[in-house]
Amino acid sequence: MVEMTYREALNQALKEEMRKDEKVIILGEEVAYYQGAYKVTQGLLAEFGDKRVKDTPISEEIIIGSAIGSAMGGMRPVAEMMTVNFSLLAMDQIANHAAKIHYMFAGQAKVPMVIRAAQGAGKQLGAQHSQHLEAYFLHCPGLRVALPSTPADAKGLLKASIRDDNPVIFLEDQGLYSTSGDVPPGDYIVPLGKANVIRNGEDVTIISYSKTVLDCLEAAKELEKSNVEAEIIDLRCLNPLDTKTIFDSVRKTGLAIVVNEAWKTGSAAAEISCLISENCSDYLDAPVVRISALDTPMPYNKVLEQTALPHKKDIIDAALELLQVTQP
Amino acid sequence: MRKSLEKSELEDLYRQMYLIRRFEETAAEMYLRGKISGFTHLATGEEAVSVGVMSALFDKDYVVSAYRDHGHALAKGASSRAVMAELFGKDTGICHGLGGSMHLFDQSLKFMGGYAIVGGGIPIATGLGLAIKYKCEDIICACFFGDGAVNEGAFHESLNLARLWHLPVLYICENNLYAMGTDIMRSSAVTDVYKRAEAYDIPGECANGMDVLEVKEAATQAAKKVRQGNSPYLLELKTYRYRAHSMADPGRYRTLEEEEIWKERDPITNFAKYFVETGVFEPDELKNIQNSVEMEIKDAVEFAENSPNPDLSLLTEFVYAE
Repeated sequence: MVEMTYREALNQALKEEMRKDEKVIILGEEVAYYQGAYKVTQGLLAEFGDKRVKDTPISEEIIIGSAIGSAMGGMRPVAEMMTVNFSLLAMDQIANHAAKIHYMFAGQAKVPMVIRAAQGAGKQLGAQHSQHLEAYFLHCPGLRVALPSTPADAKGLLKASIRDDNPVIFLEDQGLYSTSGDVPPGDYIVPLGKANVIRNGEDVTIISYSKTVLDCLEAAKELEKSNVEAEIIDLRCLNPLDTKTIFDSVRKTGLAIVVNEAWKTGSAAAEISCLISENCSDYLDAPVVRISALDTPMPYNKVLEQTALPHKKDIIDAALELLQVTQP
Repeated sequence: MRKSLEKSELEDLYRQMYLIRRFEETAAEMYLRGKISGFTHLATGEEAVSVGVMSALFDKDYVVSAYRDHGHALAKGASSRAVMAELFGKDTGICHGLGGSMHLFDQSLKFMGGYAIVGGGIPIATGLGLAIKYKCEDIICACFFGDGAVNEGAFHESLNLARLWHLPVLYICENNLYAMGTDIMRSSAVTDVYKRAEAYDIPGECANGMDVLEVKEAATQAAKKVRQGNSPYLLELKTYRYRAHSMADPGRYRTLEEEEIWKERDPITNFAKYFVETGVFEPDELKNIQNSVEMEIKDAVEFAENSPNPDLSLLTEFVYAE
């Protein structure tokens, strides 16, 4: 194990895959000479040259479109959307093309590509730069959606995504880039669609992904003081979704809380809550609780923004209310 | 060009144009009889574009199309059976009935798909150009789109990038003067599409899309430039669709006079007239070609009619690649 940041783990995954497979190329805004707006592509240009690490104009539609076409032509492109907000400019290529090509051409063409994008809120970046859009991609059949929460998962999931034959939307919370953790050296792969039970507990299941997993862990520590043992599931991927791990846990604890930082309405948490209700109703002791952001564009003001976002305390309160336990 | 072609090549050009004409007319008939559903965009009148361009390409070259793609697919070598069966939604169709009229595809023919979002195929063709260049393959990608597509951002973003990265893509604007029901005069500030090439510092030319030999000549020159120079190229082919935008369009936005003017320029009858008058073909020779095409179309319809529907398992089989 080597301790490194989430950013470094992503960088290591890219480098290893590029060394291993010449078909892997990087496309995006500021990925080469600038070395990435979030410095994930640091050093790639120096090692692999501008034939494989390509700065593009600010033209999101052609970044994704050229990735699709090159994937159909035998490459394995990793396209970077500087932030997920800009991916909406490429949504035609993502949803109408990348997601459907394998299907509508009856499997004759594959689109093995990764779209990496930073997302997240809480940094006072205003309404247009503070979104979580995983639900947009989750809604569309044909796309894989991965959202690692730890440096180890960042490396393992990115390597798996690059090797996958489907378009993979790979979402990195900008609040995670500087977090550190142990990362297995060498060819470490985390298969898409395998959730991680990161804490075992008997009392309540807390399901999350990406950055809010860290809030769930902290909440679980505090819940210990009230003798509440929370089981925490880090989904890692929303598509494929590891429903078995979710259902097994909820059937054991009988209580479920789903946490994400996206808007509440139509969110991934809404989908997961519904799946639990449909599949675990006989085991549930109370309705599933969702913890998400307020349904508002993100305000700039710090106090307002923090009020719109979910926090550790919301998770603790929800768990205690479900268990009707009072804190000591 | 007229004099330099072998008679067998001229026969091929005539046969392919006539095949597309009869295929499309038959598709219209089948649509009206309820055998074909959905949107069906026909290319009658535009046959010289498909056939002329394809005759200037090699089999190994990629072709990307849009939603008016039957003619492109047939000219690239797709069988009329496989295309007709796809229109019928049958398992024997070129995409097993999952694609339909607007989404024809055949990897083995390097026919890389019909795309039904206006302009949507242009970035994909550009990406194929990127793969070609990266792998140092000795091929090019030809990309068809209509005059409506050039007002999409995808067109601009693609040509800009193709020039920046010197990608071997031949962009072909099949300008039939109408973006669905809107006259190009009402949709485009610059109606000579080829002039837009200048904005990207790439060559742009225009040719008569109603004359297959002119198309072939222009496309040959263009493809040569793309092949040699590793540079994109914009070729505008002015043409006209005889029918409305799709079978669902009553087409009441054009005058009969205008339609008649264009029909006088018909690529098939004028080709036949010229080569009979100049003594290259006996009228009977062309009649024989027509008869053989009629047999092929009849066979394609019977094949489609008698083919099974896709198995229900296909409904979910291709959502993801394994």
